[in-house]
Amino acid sequence: MSKSLNILVPALGGTALILAVTYGLMSRDYGERAIEGLEMQVAASQESASDAFAKARESDAEIELLLAEREELQAIAASGGGLTEPAPASESAFNLGREALPEEIWAWDVDVLPDGRGLPAGSGDVWTGEEVFVDRCASCHGDFAEGSGDGPVLAGGIGTLANKDPVKTIGSYWPHLSTSWDYINRSMPFGEAGSLTADETYAIVAYLLYSSGLVDDDFVLSQANFTDVELPNAGGFVADDRPEREYIEWRVEPCMTNCKDSVEITMRASVVDVTPDEGIDEATDGGATMDHSTGDDEAAVAGTDDTDVVQAAADPALIEAGQGAFRQCSSCHEVGANARDRTGPNLNGILGRAIGSVDGFRYSNVFQDAAEAGDVWTADAIAAFLIDPRGAMPGTKMAFRGVRNEEDIAAIIAYIESMGAE
Amino acid sequence: MSFKSKGIKRSRREFLMTAAATPLAAVAGNAAAQGTPDPVITELQEWASYLGVGVDETPYGLPIKFETDVVRRSVPWLTASPISSINFTPIHALDGTITPQGCAFERHHSGAIELTKDDYRLMINGLVDRPLVFTYADLERLPRENHVYFCECAANTGMEWAGSQLNGAQFTHGMIHNMEYTGVPLRTLLAEAGLDAAGDLSDKWVYVEGADASSNGRSIPMEKALDDVLVAFKANGEALRMEHGYPVRLVVPGWEGNMWVKWIRRMEVTDMAVGSREETSKYTDVYENGVARKWTWVMDAKSVVTSPSPQMPITHGTGPLVVSGLAWSGHGKITRVDVSTDGGMTWQTTRLGKQGDTKALTRFYLDMDWDGSPMLLQSRAMDETGYVQPTKDQLREMRGENSVYHNNCIQTWFVNEEGIAENVEVS
Repeated sequence: MSKSLNILVPALGGTALILAVTYGLMSRDYGERAIEGLEMQVAASQESASDAFAKARESDAEIELLLAEREELQAIAASGGGLTEPAPASESAFNLGREALPEEIWAWDVDVLPDGRGLPAGSGDVWTGEEVFVDRCASCHGDFAEGSGDGPVLAGGIGTLANKDPVKTIGSYWPHLSTSWDYINRSMPFGEAGSLTADETYAIVAYLLYSSGLVDDDFVLSQANFTDVELPNAGGFVADDRPEREYIEWRVEPCMTNCKDSVEITMRASVVDVTPDEGIDEATDGGATMDHSTGDDEAAVAGTDDTDVVQAAADPALIEAGQGAFRQCSSCHEVGANARDRTGPNLNGILGRAIGSVDGFRYSNVFQDAAEAGDVWTADAIAAFLIDPRGAMPGTKMAFRGVRNEEDIAAIIAYIESMGAE
Repeated sequence: MSFKSKGIKRSRREFLMTAAATPLAAVAGNAAAQGTPDPVITELQEWASYLGVGVDETPYGLPIKFETDVVRRSVPWLTASPISSINFTPIHALDGTITPQGCAFERHHSGAIELTKDDYRLMINGLVDRPLVFTYADLERLPRENHVYFCECAANTGMEWAGSQLNGAQFTHGMIHNMEYTGVPLRTLLAEAGLDAAGDLSDKWVYVEGADASSNGRSIPMEKALDDVLVAFKANGEALRMEHGYPVRLVVPGWEGNMWVKWIRRMEVTDMAVGSREETSKYTDVYENGVARKWTWVMDAKSVVTSPSPQMPITHGTGPLVVSGLAWSGHGKITRVDVSTDGGMTWQTTRLGKQGDTKALTRFYLDMDWDGSPMLLQSRAMDETGYVQPTKDQLREMRGENSVYHNNCIQTWFVNEEGIAENVEVS
């Protein structure tokens, strides 16, 4: 414990003294003994602090600061201790928790530091990376990492940081290559996190470097050469400098009267008009909405022979509700004119379509089996799948927990039908 | 286009027109006081005669149906999908300072997960004497504390850098909530694992990550980790909601919400910042010359008038008016909030609902007599360090317009003669 004190006090100054007191309290009971202990530890801390500071040749001013804080702590002790008095704890004070096993640490401790520590053995080349990228990443990020739909752009943008609306990519903005390896390895692909091998991750990172023009097409990235790669914006960051630049300017007595000669309105949000309508509407109490009379109905019913759904799909309010509910699908599925396959297949004409029948889409085994069996997406089948994807189609790749509100299902089907009539 | 008679959903324009007419309704209401007996008083009302609802009607109660518009809302164009997205606390409709969990904003990077207490594990490893695994039950056996803190997303008000854009305090300032947390100080857990192995703590970090697919890792300097960070499992007295990290989240008082890792599953004592995606490519601030600031953790002092505001027009006409709002600072207590009704030419000091708590929302009120003339309403917070909330121009001058995060500028609402408020910028 005393060792901790000596380390802590010079290292952290005032915070350390509080800590030292905390540590001192750790093995003590609450109540009077805690106050008594606090006083004792304040004295002990002062001694340790003095020693440590003498050794470290710290300034008198800092020692004075420490002593002032000691007085504060004594005041707290005298008042009976605060409600938020640090909880008692100490080395093995509680004996709670158990030892983390090496296999467990290995499984969870996957972070990669900027200096390359944490990288596993492995390697990957640009062309392998392109294959993996097109297969696993391009549905959101584009074949060339240029971004697709709403998916983030990952390449290019070098030299744009000082422009209005800079393009911030791995190549143009990220300071450490380790960040891309770490993030791709642990959190990508979106919806299938943790499914890439180390070699695949090396290959993807190599391809991303190539896409940003930072390496040639024969480049092979490995654990061995990883830290040789320096990203263009490695030196582009400074630690928070608000205290020096801003706080000194803005910690001043503010103006109260005659602060400006005149005031003009220079911009109005109502002109931009991007606020969601619902934010400013009064509540509706039954979900009834505006009674449109539009031509949407015809489109909504085309290509189906399921009467229930046809009736449902004809309801424009239902389609509108479905459009909102479909947002939970839209990060993986497209529907409508020019809909493409992304992480999931396009959904045009899904009702009545053979299961697993989109050409070129890589289905999971359970979908391939259903396709061979000639199964078809009926409204019931869609509903069962949407409520519990993994229960209805065990082994599906669809990384979706299921539609929470069953009422949304008819709305989603209605919306898809309105958008994706073939 | 025609309207159904009940429960119609009105467009904004129609709403504004109705709101404009409301002062007349208020006048009609006054007529009752001027002589016509009020039937709500003079006639027997059904709620005063028939029986109400029994207990257990809703074992877990929800707001009464008349309040169903007080909900979180999102801005769909802001993000690509609701899985990795954010919504906004209806701060315009709340009062006091505590945010009910059910309407406290959500921000997920890979969606909210359902993690049971039984499956919950918290690992501490790295430069510690004893790498440990805690269960949820373990955490409940450690001494715990209660603290009220605000949690503000660093991107709150981020859409307003280039100009006034969203018409509502919920949308401009609603990436914030304020709850009373119950949890174990992080320093207690670190002490259990032992920090002797870390040696000099002044250059050490605690890297924290969540159990969800994004894991949302962040590096916290040891000094902060040992100061006031909590490993929390209750908010406002009850279990955390799924969307806020059930069963356990990190609470990092005064610092940007992204660091309040939800479903926290691992903490690692390291000798350098990990430089995760969330602390390099995101949550860093690019300035005009292309240089970016990193490690901008503290949320500076900020305030906003929540009423009147675009979603909360004045509907009672002239006379007594309560201008109300929220103020907060990641540096400590709010000591003072001033309000201007003329766009910043003159200021008056407001009344605080109660003494400010450190790193928590503070409510302020200006009780005024509104004469019906248009107002340019602003609020300006000051914290215990003497920091004064800057204007948008001051921020732009300092940082340019390419920032996303940490916009703590003074907000202006234009309130017209009819009491309708709009988000504007002023000279």
